[in-house]
Amino acid sequence: MLDTLWIVPALPLAGFVFLALAGGRIPRTVIAFIATATVGISALLAIAIGVTFLGLLPQEASYRQVLWQWVSVAGFEPAIGFHLDALSLVMMFVVTFVAFWIHLYSTEFMIEDEAYGRFFAYMNLFVASMLILVLADNLLLLYLGWEGVGACSYLLIGFWYHDSANGRAAQKAFIVTRVGDTAMAIALFLLFVNFGTLDIQAILQQASESIQSGSLIAVAVTALLLGGAVGKSAQLPLQTWLPDAMAGPTPVSALIHAATMVTAGVYLIARTHTLYSLAPQVMAAVAGVGALTLFIAGTAALVQRDIKRVLAYSTISQIGYMFLALGVGAWGAAMFHFMTHAFFKALLFLAAGAVINALHHEHDIFKMGGVRHKLPLVFWTFLIGSASLAGFPLVTAGFYSKDLILWQAWSSGQGQAWLWAIGVATAFLTAIYIFRVVFIVFFGKERTHVEKLPRRPMTVPLVVLAFFSIVSGFVEIPPALGGRHLFSSFMSSALPSAAVEESHTTELIFSLIASLLALAGIYLAHLFFRTRREHAEPDAGKRLTRFLFGGWGFDWLYDRIFVRPFVWIARVNRNDYIDSIYGGIAALSRGLNTVFSSTETGRVRLYAAGIACGSIILVAIALLL
Amino acid sequence: MTDQIPAEYALVLAAILFALGLAGVLVRRNILFILISLEIMLNAAGLALIAAGARWGEPDGQIMFLLVLATAGAEVSVGLALVLQLYKQFRTLDIDAASRMKG
Amino acid sequence: MILVILIAVLFAGGFLVWGVGRRSPLGARWISLLLLSFNLAVTAVFWVQNHDRTSFFGGAWLADISWDWIPSLGIRFHLALDGFSLPLVALTFLLGIMAVVCSWNEIRERVGFFHFNLLFVLAGVTGVFVALDLFLFYFFWEVMLVPMYFLIGIWGHERRNYAAMKFFIFTQAASLFLLIAILALYFINGRYSGLYTFEYFSLLQTPVAGPTAMLLMLGFFISFAVKLPMVPFHTWLPDAHTEAPTAGSVILAGLLLKTGGYGIIRFVIPLFPEAAKEFAPVAFALAVVGIIYGAVIAFSQTDLKRLVAYTSISHLGFVLMGAFAWNEMALQGSLMQMLCHGISTGALFMLAGSLQERIHTRDTSRMGGLWSVMPRMGGVAMLFVMASLGLPGLGNFIGEFLVLMGVFQTSPVTSILGTAGLIFATIYSLAIIQRAFHGENSGRWHPGDLTVREMSILGVMIVVIIWLGLYPQPVFGTVLPALQQLIASTAG
Repeated sequence: MLDTLWIVPALPLAGFVFLALAGGRIPRTVIAFIATATVGISALLAIAIGVTFLGLLPQEASYRQVLWQWVSVAGFEPAIGFHLDALSLVMMFVVTFVAFWIHLYSTEFMIEDEAYGRFFAYMNLFVASMLILVLADNLLLLYLGWEGVGACSYLLIGFWYHDSANGRAAQKAFIVTRVGDTAMAIALFLLFVNFGTLDIQAILQQASESIQSGSLIAVAVTALLLGGAVGKSAQLPLQTWLPDAMAGPTPVSALIHAATMVTAGVYLIARTHTLYSLAPQVMAAVAGVGALTLFIAGTAALVQRDIKRVLAYSTISQIGYMFLALGVGAWGAAMFHFMTHAFFKALLFLAAGAVINALHHEHDIFKMGGVRHKLPLVFWTFLIGSASLAGFPLVTAGFYSKDLILWQAWSSGQGQAWLWAIGVATAFLTAIYIFRVVFIVFFGKERTHVEKLPRRPMTVPLVVLAFFSIVSGFVEIPPALGGRHLFSSFMSSALPSAAVEESHTTELIFSLIASLLALAGIYLAHLFFRTRREHAEPDAGKRLTRFLFGGWGFDWLYDRIFVRPFVWIARVNRNDYIDSIYGGIAALSRGLNTVFSSTETGRVRLYAAGIACGSIILVAIALLL
Repeated sequence: MTDQIPAEYALVLAAILFALGLAGVLVRRNILFILISLEIMLNAAGLALIAAGARWGEPDGQIMFLLVLATAGAEVSVGLALVLQLYKQFRTLDIDAASRMKG
Repeated sequence: MILVILIAVLFAGGFLVWGVGRRSPLGARWISLLLLSFNLAVTAVFWVQNHDRTSFFGGAWLADISWDWIPSLGIRFHLALDGFSLPLVALTFLLGIMAVVCSWNEIRERVGFFHFNLLFVLAGVTGVFVALDLFLFYFFWEVMLVPMYFLIGIWGHERRNYAAMKFFIFTQAASLFLLIAILALYFINGRYSGLYTFEYFSLLQTPVAGPTAMLLMLGFFISFAVKLPMVPFHTWLPDAHTEAPTAGSVILAGLLLKTGGYGIIRFVIPLFPEAAKEFAPVAFALAVVGIIYGAVIAFSQTDLKRLVAYTSISHLGFVLMGAFAWNEMALQGSLMQMLCHGISTGALFMLAGSLQERIHTRDTSRMGGLWSVMPRMGGVAMLFVMASLGLPGLGNFIGEFLVLMGVFQTSPVTSILGTAGLIFATIYSLAIIQRAFHGENSGRWHPGDLTVREMSILGVMIVVIIWLGLYPQPVFGTVLPALQQLIASTAG
């Protein structure tokens, strides 16, 4: 069974090739079928492989499949090869599974779009690249997937290219993430120079044997890899592209900019966790980046008007939680939150997409209202997603995963009180901002007429994802609440678990604090945005509102220190000043030509005079010397 | 040999003649006068050759002078032909009229 | 013998098409196409037959021919092919076919003479890649030049005379340095060994050192650097590329620039290893400057062909960098970068040319929204733009990555700065798509999409660039013995 691993990424890739070549000529139903079926079969295969793998688990913690030798130059020998262990299995499962439902949803959502084939071609290419990213056994192949998903993200954000603003958003996303990727490429050079290979397992093996904790090489490599991770995962300081990326179709936001691609940074750090544990300074930086990002994005989400931008800031914030977990060494907790987040955030985006679709592509939440009566199913699923995001106690997946992160931020070896405090405070904000959306959009008066009701291909994915947004949390329950460790014991074959030695009572108290804050947040949201709805609209005149609305002014800052100087320099030197040197040489010779040719008067007597003077001067020189 | 004219005198005369000829070439605009001035310069050179030949008692100077004479004859014939052509083309003997070759 | 055939076919074919072209332009096109396809097929068959042969009479030479030419001066007609030349020769014929195809409709006047020039340029380029006698090398070097001048000067766009003259003066002035350096080396070697010869292998043994070696090295280097082109000698290139007809741009960017890179790797460094090592920091600096400078200027261009021209400056900076790093990885990367740049930039020029043919402008500010009317061209352009920004999975990435990693081993700072250049590559590459294909179709253009003829040749390019991106090992395998021989020759 395991040897069919290569088919998992190959199927969507084949779907892409077929759709790219024939997409314009075949009927929509065929396109939809091919795109969805390839991803669906991949998902089934991933599950089958997962089951087989679980059966082998304690004895064989990993499986490796090499397809062909990619490059073999001067000892640098990366292959096109896949590595399966608990970590990549979880990623593979979530990617194919969520991607399948989102594909199904898109078959209905995109039905009126003229470029139906192009959309699904890109989506399939994305799934293939993402699978290559998570399955790669060496960093070069991982880099291929990494750049591949970036390119697909670019293509899909700019999918509606008629509006050049969408194209600019796509460009911004690609360029900003490329800044991070550059750092990552340099990390690969450093790794190769030091270890003579880019094979991930070999590097981790050698590193744990030969590298001192806190040594320069470990710090440099992990810091550079962190650069790549913050770019792709939209963390500080490269987070600015994600809110703009919402220009893409909603299923794209759900798949790429919520569930899968943006968590690639989390995966990368978890994948190379051995290196990170050798660089405590960088670990602290990871935690710090996560904490700052989750807070900044959480506050920015409070004042957004565009429903997708709220979710985008929320995504940045939730990935911040994952970084926080990684930074304190809670690798398993980060992956757990990745999984639950993939389900509930994809759900939120898809439900939001259903609302947007029903209301003539209206994105402004203040022009929505009372949708719950017309779209009851969308309402309930969105509510489940929101509850999960807000960490509604005991019944939602988000509660368990976030609780685990907060607990380990406090209790693990690298944990610190301020990290926990920021995490908990933002959990409170999270409940407020997401229920703000719930109350404004689904309650109150109807402001825009509901036109299209979602049909089965759109509603089934909502129900399925809502189901998983609840139950996926039950695989890991803290000991204080009954104790179940399916997920962490599974992950322990690939990732070391964070040692926790506090008593169960303390843990229970912490859970209680987080739960109460979440409930308080929901109550506050109810108070402000349901009962006093007329005052709920953010006042654009206030400076604080404007500051938060613009995501703490990062765009403004980058525009001034990077974009404008670059454009200015490029404009100024458009005609290439170096060319004027050669232009100068040419002008000089042309000038000399005019000077000399003016002596050529055509008058014989002047020539004769010239000859005479010349000879006299020459004779004089000869005589004098 | 005191009654002999010193070679220096002859050379000075030749130099003066040459300078006169040169000046004529440079200041005259009439092509006929330029030709005449050229003749004067040639003869100045011939005088210098003869004087030098006499000074050393060698025949080379006179031989060279014969060569100069022959060349001068050829030159005059070509020159006069050019003068005729010039006059035909420009209806004038002014050399500056023929300055179409200027750069 | 194969080498003589390849070159003779082009020279003889040149006269043939000139003659035929007077009667039937279509005949001239077909003959050129057939001759180049024949050459490509011969090269491909030869490659397949020899792909696993690692040595040939002791060295890495796969084919070799050496006749007396002017024995009294020690000049021989010496052609030889090794794994390093072979991919470049194949590229020459591939891009030659591409040039013929993309000039099919564009060139309507004096078609025979056009193809005569085209075949002569290609013959010169092929000769440069295989000549091992420095006099013969110089001969071919000049053979490339004159027909190229005519290609730009006769069939070019508005400012063709200016561009052709600039191209000619730059390259001719640079060739002068080459000639002087070759002659100096000839005499020094002759005086030392008593045997006056232009033979590459004999000249390799010339004991030059110190300032003399540095001067001679610079003589060779400047000539190749102008061709490459290296900042600050690059300014002929944007003009020549912009004004040349599409076929001319394809050949200029795809092949002529490669002769510069080839020359540096084949001659400059093996002939003067110490001097080159001493000079390497300067070369690294110039390469980095070129990568970033070219990319920044490319971004601000509004003329599509000019934009692509500046990207060439940026991309060839990697080749220069890799050559002076002089280790196996960087050199493999440089060669791969040359091949892939030839294909991707050739394709981009072809797209720019066919766009101009359809909408009669190269001004990107007048374009926009072209994707909706020409989706096929949009898709192809997207792929090659992605190649040019170094997307993994396409050949250019392999080249750039290996160069940067190879350079990192000798000069990490250079490598890091070069890697930063990739960000700029992203900016200008996406700008092409954004300005021409995205946005609103404000010009109300209704051009037809790519034709079957154009699609078929671009399809070949796409297949090649993906093949080089996912399975470049056959090329590396062919090149390896030649590179090892080159590196070994400088080790002593």
